[in-house]
Amino acid sequence: MSEDDERATDLSGGGIVSSNRTRCCGGSVASDCPSQFPDQVLENVLENVLLFLTSRRERNTVSLVCKSWYRLEKQTRSELFIGNCYAVSPRRAIERFQKILSLVLKGKPRFADFNLVPLNWGAHFTPWVTAMAEAYPWLEKVYLKRMSVTDEDLALLAQSFPGFKELVLVCCDGFGTSGLALVASKCRQLRVLDLIDDDVMDDEVDWISCFPETGTCLESLIFDCVECPVNFDALEQLVARSSSLRKLRLNRHVSIGQLHRLMVQAPQLTHLGTGSFSSAGDPAQGDQELDLISDFAASKSLICLSGFRDILLDYLPAIHPVCANLTSLNFSYASINAEQLKPVICHCHKLQTFWVLDSVCDEGLQAVAATCKDLRELRVFPMNPSEDSDSPVSEVGLLAISEGCRQLRSILYFCQQMTNAAVVAMSKNCPDLVVFRLCIMGRHLPDHLTGQPMDEGFGAIVMNCNKLTRLAVSGLLTDKAFSYIGKYGKLVRTLSVAFAGDGDMGLRYVLEGCPKLQKLEIRDSPFGDSALFSGLHHYYKMRFLWMSSCQLSRSGCKEIAQRMPRLVVEVIRDRVEEEMDDAVEKLYMYPSLEGPRDDAPKFVTIL
Amino acid sequence: MESTVTYESDLNLKATELRLGLPGTDEYEKQTPPSVRSNKRSLPDIIEESDTGDREAPVTKAQVVGWPPIRSYRKNSFQPKKIEAEATGIYVKVSMDGAPYLRKIDLKVYKGYPELLKALENMFKFTIGEYSDREGYTRSEYALTYEDKDGDWMMVGDVPWDMFMSSCKRLRIMKGSEARGLGCAV
Repeated sequence: MSEDDERATDLSGGGIVSSNRTRCCGGSVASDCPSQFPDQVLENVLENVLLFLTSRRERNTVSLVCKSWYRLEKQTRSELFIGNCYAVSPRRAIERFQKILSLVLKGKPRFADFNLVPLNWGAHFTPWVTAMAEAYPWLEKVYLKRMSVTDEDLALLAQSFPGFKELVLVCCDGFGTSGLALVASKCRQLRVLDLIDDDVMDDEVDWISCFPETGTCLESLIFDCVECPVNFDALEQLVARSSSLRKLRLNRHVSIGQLHRLMVQAPQLTHLGTGSFSSAGDPAQGDQELDLISDFAASKSLICLSGFRDILLDYLPAIHPVCANLTSLNFSYASINAEQLKPVICHCHKLQTFWVLDSVCDEGLQAVAATCKDLRELRVFPMNPSEDSDSPVSEVGLLAISEGCRQLRSILYFCQQMTNAAVVAMSKNCPDLVVFRLCIMGRHLPDHLTGQPMDEGFGAIVMNCNKLTRLAVSGLLTDKAFSYIGKYGKLVRTLSVAFAGDGDMGLRYVLEGCPKLQKLEIRDSPFGDSALFSGLHHYYKMRFLWMSSCQLSRSGCKEIAQRMPRLVVEVIRDRVEEEMDDAVEKLYMYPSLEGPRDDAPKFVTIL
Repeated sequence: MESTVTYESDLNLKATELRLGLPGTDEYEKQTPPSVRSNKRSLPDIIEESDTGDREAPVTKAQVVGWPPIRSYRKNSFQPKKIEAEATGIYVKVSMDGAPYLRKIDLKVYKGYPELLKALENMFKFTIGEYSDREGYTRSEYALTYEDKDGDWMMVGDVPWDMFMSSCKRLRIMKGSEARGLGCAV
């Protein structure tokens, strides 16, 4: 779940500001009448209206109007969104909001996904689940992203919330199949168990067998990231007794033969992750011809297809019956080339989301551009994620996509080489872009045709795409690129920078120019202390700032910490001897109502 | 402030070349500001590219941590069988106290401790000191240490070469009062 589709201002931002407001409105309606009646009516009306208000941004705004609105809003809020688990403590959140049914909690900075944050840094779910076990007995939904979750946490969750319905864990770690078994067996009302890109330990527990035996409420079961085999017979029976199941994403240990058996049980699926899509490891399969095409033909509701972890190309044509209905197709684990993609993609007229590997080459992307006129989101991942490999996709593919898919909102594109011209063309052809993430894998690579820095390309993106909220830059970039971002990127909330810029001015342009900036992550760029000081006016409005391998000094960061008392300034060390340095290798700072956290490991120093 | 450096259309080796030397002895493109007394420059780990024009055996750049930004879960899906040590050699970082840059060496290149020592002495322009049978290395300003798999700092030379190769994670050439009299065990 990306926030790029929603609007910003999470709890911490709202919380810090609203606690200072004491403005109060009195009986603004019928001022002639001195009795309490109009106030009571007003409150009832508001309370009922607020029940319909779900957007957290709007709720935060409501809570700022006056004390009575603040009170009513907090009594009626049912979804708690915490964008940074350290911005506010469980106790404080529980004191303000007493009737929470749904929690969204995010932990580690995104660069943790790329091994830049040492293990055991933090973001523990334990204090949250412990506090909520007492405070929110009616909790129904928990969504965690980049949190450390233990089996004990899952055990506590499973036993504390009798009405628990949805558990979604994204990029989490610290738990294993034993924790899953507890959730499966004790959460009798469970509708959703979605495990996405988690690191799940193999405790050799048959968790699939732990679901209630007399039918389940399951609507969504996603476990494609679980790397250990599951008991297939138990899975087949589970699917058979889960009549509400609509979303099923299997892991790579499910063979194509097993997929067939499951599809027969569940023709009502809307979302399917096919597992391995090969017969490897399945002795029963042998040379049998699978009638997979009938299974797909029978899946009339299928709109989202993924998986294909070890794809057996012979069976790829089996998916043709569903292509015309697909709105989302994820081939990002399937090494297929352009010729193999074309017969599939030519049917996918309704496709809105497409994830693919660069093995399809520019030619494959041209085929996508020719058919998928309603494409909103494209992600092209590298088969060989290194800097020296050949370049199967390039500016040619990007240009083709921009010309064919004018409705594009979001793109993530990995390539070895790029040109400014193609990026400029995309900025003009796809003006509705909200997310533009281009990763030229060779560091500091210029436009490979002109030899120029990539400044003009990214400049055009921020200039022409007026709705842009998320940007990731790459390639050779001078401070000019950042001046463009600062000048035109007025809605940019998330910015990722790596190996870019000439000096402090680059960062200053951004900090001084982008009023909506919430999440800034920078690595290996020559920004120093004075650049950091130029953002003092803005840091309290941000979710976080990450800077690693830049040119920051401990003394500079310490001064920031002293000047900004509600900012937590963490210096993260990789090695013990770095403690003697004045240079700061990794800086992570964020506003918080709580001050320095008490669970910081030894390699983190809070200034 | 516009940069006047022209950019070549290829790898721009000049900009990423690492050299060891005293500050001021060579031009740097990016100076660390004087207020930062760092003895380590924050650059990603890069092997120095061989300067020969010979393109028969291109040197592969070492992979930088976390780059390209792909989640390890996704990376592992395609390279589950690749064992890095076999494919690319055993590269370890070498730091020397007081030097602004670290270096990287491939331990596989050396047959034993004497070669390693010689290579390091050449690379960093130092000597490990006089050796006498009675007192070991004396009057040495330097000590050669390494970090092993357990995270402990050990003196180089105590264990057999093969064991050292498999357990050495990084090297550190200590200097100054800490190092005096320690030398190394080779």
